[in-house]
Amino acid sequence: MSVAGLRGMNSERTLRLAAIGTAAGAFSGLFGVGGGSVIVPLLVLWLGYDSRRATATSLAAIIVIASFAAIVQATYGNVNVGDGILIGVPAIVGVLFGTWLQQRIRTREISLLFAALLVATAVELLLR
Amino acid sequence: MIGAILIGVAGGVIAGLLGVGGGVLFVPGLVLFMKLGQHQAEATSLLAIVPVAIVGTIRQDRYGNVRRDDAVVMGALSLAGAIAGVALANALSGQALRVAFAILILFVAFELVRSTLRGAGEKDEQPRPDD
Repeated sequence: MSVAGLRGMNSERTLRLAAIGTAAGAFSGLFGVGGGSVIVPLLVLWLGYDSRRATATSLAAIIVIASFAAIVQATYGNVNVGDGILIGVPAIVGVLFGTWLQQRIRTREISLLFAALLVATAVELLLR
Repeated sequence: MIGAILIGVAGGVIAGLLGVGGGVLFVPGLVLFMKLGQHQAEATSLLAIVPVAIVGTIRQDRYGNVRRDDAVVMGALSLAGAIAGVALANALSGQALRVAFAILILFVAFELVRSTLRGAGEKDEQPRPDD
């Protein structure tokens, strides 16, 4: 997937970043997720990122995107600040452990197990 | 309270391990275990994502993987999208939003299986010390 022709075409590059940011913001606001599943593939496809840089840059953008979306949701009175902190702070410990672990084990089986858990969760949500 | 802490740790571990964000776990966790409505769960998940993304970014930035200028442009220009997305979410019923979210995580599961079976990207997400 080469986008070598983009080099130097700054306005087109900015336009693509703007489109990705807008799409990710909408996705994040609608579903309460970071938007990485929109940002990462688009950075790879449209801007020629490798997947490592795409993931890393996506995380940085998500800081701003999730903050914006949370603030907008707060104006609707939907944010439960207590639960957000109770989840977000322990999640820091989790993410540090997860990245440490990722360097040391094969994640293939865990990916498949987690996918199965997501399917089970979707069914549970649909049956509610 | 214990429930929320467990959801946070589990979501964080999965995010660090698989590179799939905490949000896909935070939202259903809040709905199924903390009995929040779909709208409240999504909004609260957004708040919980911020510290996870900050820590992840700091780590990745140390490896030089973050293109800060691009991230700033995407972040700054996401505001209109975020306003529209949140407005749409709040225009939908909790039921409709829950169904849409269930479809989203089915899609995430499908993509995860596809990329895992292809074997690509798995070790690519995080830099190894010897890179």
